[in-house]
Amino acid sequence: MADERPRSFQEVWQRLQDYWARQGCAVLQPYDMEVGAGTFHPATTLRALGSKPWAAAYVQPSRRPTDGRYGDNPNRLQHYYQFQVLIKPSPPELQELYLGSLEAIGIDMHLHDIRFVEDDWESPTLGAWGLGWEVWCDGMEVSQFTYFQQVGGHDCHPVSGELTYGLERLAMYVLGIDHVMEMPYNDPAAAIPLAYGDVFRQTEEEFSRFNFDVAETEILFRHFEDAERECEAILAHPAEDPKTGRRIVMAHPAYDQCIKASHLFNLLDARGVISPTERQAYIGRVRTLAKKCADAFVATEAGGWTAAAEAS
Amino acid sequence: MPDLLIELFSEEIPARMQPRAAADLKARMTDALVEAGLTYAGAEAFVTPRRLTLTVEGLSPRSAETRERRRGPRVDAPEKAVQGFLRATGLSLSDLSIEEDKKGRVYVAEVVTPGRDAAEIVAETLEEVIRRFPWPKSMRWGAGSLRWVRPLKSILCLLSDEAGAEVVPLEVDGLRAGDVTRGHRFLAPEPFSVTGFEDYEAKLKRAHVLLRPEERAERIRHEAANLAFAAGREVVEDEGLLREVAGLVEWPVPLMGEIGTEFLDLPPEVLRTSMKEHQKFFSLREPGTGRITHFLTVANIEAPDGGAAILAGNRKVLAARLSDAKFFWESDLRVAREAAMQPWRDRLETVTFHNRLGSQGDRVRRIAALAREIAPKVGADADLAEEAARVAKADLTSEMVYEFPELQGRMGRLYAEAAGMRDEVAAAAEEHYAPLGPEDGVPEAPVSVAVALADKLDMLTGFWAIDEKPTGSRDPFALRRAALGVIRVVLANGLRLDLDTWIDTGLLRHKIELHRAEAGDGEIDALEDVLDEVARRGVFGAAWCAVLDARRDEGRDGGRPVPEDAPVLRAVGDLVPDLSTDLLAFLHDRLKVHLRAEGLRHDVIDAVLAMPGSDDLTLVVARARALGAVLATEEGENLVQGFKRANNILTQAEEADGVEYSFGADLRHAVAEEERALFAALDTADAEIAPALEAEDFARAMAAMAALRGPVDAFFEAVQVNDPNPILRRNRLNLLSRIRDTCLQVADLRRIEG
Repeated sequence: MADERPRSFQEVWQRLQDYWARQGCAVLQPYDMEVGAGTFHPATTLRALGSKPWAAAYVQPSRRPTDGRYGDNPNRLQHYYQFQVLIKPSPPELQELYLGSLEAIGIDMHLHDIRFVEDDWESPTLGAWGLGWEVWCDGMEVSQFTYFQQVGGHDCHPVSGELTYGLERLAMYVLGIDHVMEMPYNDPAAAIPLAYGDVFRQTEEEFSRFNFDVAETEILFRHFEDAERECEAILAHPAEDPKTGRRIVMAHPAYDQCIKASHLFNLLDARGVISPTERQAYIGRVRTLAKKCADAFVATEAGGWTAAAEAS
Repeated sequence: MPDLLIELFSEEIPARMQPRAAADLKARMTDALVEAGLTYAGAEAFVTPRRLTLTVEGLSPRSAETRERRRGPRVDAPEKAVQGFLRATGLSLSDLSIEEDKKGRVYVAEVVTPGRDAAEIVAETLEEVIRRFPWPKSMRWGAGSLRWVRPLKSILCLLSDEAGAEVVPLEVDGLRAGDVTRGHRFLAPEPFSVTGFEDYEAKLKRAHVLLRPEERAERIRHEAANLAFAAGREVVEDEGLLREVAGLVEWPVPLMGEIGTEFLDLPPEVLRTSMKEHQKFFSLREPGTGRITHFLTVANIEAPDGGAAILAGNRKVLAARLSDAKFFWESDLRVAREAAMQPWRDRLETVTFHNRLGSQGDRVRRIAALAREIAPKVGADADLAEEAARVAKADLTSEMVYEFPELQGRMGRLYAEAAGMRDEVAAAAEEHYAPLGPEDGVPEAPVSVAVALADKLDMLTGFWAIDEKPTGSRDPFALRRAALGVIRVVLANGLRLDLDTWIDTGLLRHKIELHRAEAGDGEIDALEDVLDEVARRGVFGAAWCAVLDARRDEGRDGGRPVPEDAPVLRAVGDLVPDLSTDLLAFLHDRLKVHLRAEGLRHDVIDAVLAMPGSDDLTLVVARARALGAVLATEEGENLVQGFKRANNILTQAEEADGVEYSFGADLRHAVAEEERALFAALDTADAEIAPALEAEDFARAMAAMAALRGPVDAFFEAVQVNDPNPILRRNRLNLLSRIRDTCLQVADLRRIEG
């Protein structure tokens, strides 16, 4: 255990990364698309499907357009970071491993009050749900802990354990900071010390204005339709590639379009142009895509497909 | 007699599921053990966030051997039948005996089921109980297929007696039962073994786990009171929160902190709700002023710094939460003060109440109209009642109520006060929701009463109009609660309301809205005239006829005729009376449930409901109480017997003779002295009952009726009704008819059971 507390935002996630690497996780990089949460990374959504073991950890920049506050709110951001861990099958000692990660970032279990409080997770857009908790440290939610039961409409067999840390909030707590923009991003003793606000205040402002008032809704609606159509079109191709003669199911390219559609929906929602009844319909459309991508993924090798199994 | 100890140790069980799980474990295990032939002296179940525990005392060591005689096929039955019988009983031919019965000579088997050891039965039973446990939601984990509320980590299963303890051999999905458990997650994480329940509970306590939920709750209550007392404060009691918090910790450590001064101006209920909903904190108030100044959180750990770090963290989270609440409060107050809540009232138009019953704005208009009409009947000013109804739902679209829906009404009152509205109007914004539960108080201020009744009647008639009545356990719109609310508001205030009028009005108003779009020319006009007429005439039927007759007349003179083809008009005219009857019957059912609590029998209420004026609940209850009281006396009880005897004889005779004996009995044909006495008694009773009923003095009317008991009994004792002399017989039957008529003025005694 590190005996010193972290001194910067980046040190918090570096320590988490090192810790989970020591526990045998593959440390991945963020997915290169706009997503609403770390769960959307294919390393979680798709890899939670099928029978193959998996262990990955990564930081994922996440966007929630409706949470934009022009950089003024001490806690709310439209762009923030999540740290995500997914292990399949969920190991029996996952709770203990998780608590070890809190110690790794300087939380002393004997000085603080750690609690597992019921929180059932559900993602209507992904057709996914699981049971677990929000983890409280001294009354503050610091992580979500979920045993995936279903993803993309498929029962999870085996079950994955998913951990999600809201990095800004967790780091603010560990570092004792009250306003996110004041949090040291790098080492405060560095030659050029940067605060979180130095890095993100301006972008928060820009994106808040864009998300709420400027994003052209007609273009967004059109892109949504395009992504939806493209996703379906990709999946409509036969498994056998006519050029190479190989079996290539394009689950990931299709899933990229599903991610796109989901983010476009979030932007439209932030623009306030989707009525409550339409909202359900849009969520349903994204879910339909997610389910088709899940169906495709379980027909790939990474998803546990084998020629032998199909033949039998 | 051995004792059994079971512990199912898991990851954190949701607090809300814990009490039920303990009860289920106890019921399912003990039922199954008994089913398998074991007996036990006592059982108790306990639950903490991480364990479900059951102790069973004095379990029988073995189940008893059972013997059962089974009759088989005849000895000359085909070989196949005999072989089948042998297979079913597990015996060979030489084990069977032969007996003679009606069918002839048949094989008889004596099947002996040997007793089994308790351990074997427990192992089998527990596995079954685990596999079929009725969690409201369960899950799988890892690569296994077992389902539990959260991953099940270990099973402890011990049978112990004077000779020692033995682990029950049992394995469920790779979890092998043992005698080992663990203490507190952080304070005593090492495993340890136990020898029986006492040892288990004692060792757990040393390992910082209080096994008993009520002991944890008691410790919280006690220490919270001490902390509060030391700070000159008192804890705002909240049993639900206490139970929940006791389900979140194994080792409760209450910690108290001050609320930042910048938040102390927030209304106490806002502080309390925010702290409870978000943080599961208790509130501490200053006695006298009622101001909430401190919070109390319950940690699951004794920290070496006395909880300083934990409190600091909690205080910080609370500050962030209360900043939000303060923001809502201040921006809401601006809307209330500067715009008299108008923006919220406008926004109600866009909030759907129910997809067939329109927006909240539509609902407010209906309630306002109804409140205005009811007002004079409950002593309220009509203008004020209407104004109060128009404001009562405004807070639903305020920021605070959006965040904390449970503050609806309470915020409405505070904001109405801030907007400078009349006290009656502000009070109604809060009180019109009452009563919310059986323990909740009932509004008494006339304006609040008018709005409360209008609100509930609009709900009931609305959902009746669209045929969304409660069925079985399904009551998604809480209509039973609304009905009970109407009943309690009427009874507590002694209101004399003809509910029929208001039910008809509400139903009709809903039907008009539902059909407005499809109705033909003039149909809605006609229905609106009926609505006005109901207010004048009191009931739908009369109003309907009056309007239609008038229109027919006008039609002749070229006025506003009833449209020839008026399907909507006809449909509404046909439907409203049925719906109205049905809704009143629903209210009567709820009334019976309500009155059962005060010990009034359902048949007594039925006897009263059969009387005219059954939509006047205050009258119904007064009559029922008087009848209940008289039936509790010997006189009353015997009179009912006498009445029934008279009624039975009379009914049979009327059926047999095909006539009604209601011509009035003649004293001249009275032969026996008892007969003459009965004539006199009936005259006295009639003279007494009519004015008593007129004055609604039911006790006096009932007493006068009960006084008939002696003469009626004496009459039956002395006189043969079916006298051979047809004149005497007819006269006596007519006399019985007088008994019946006299009694039926008071209550329908035919409905009294027994």
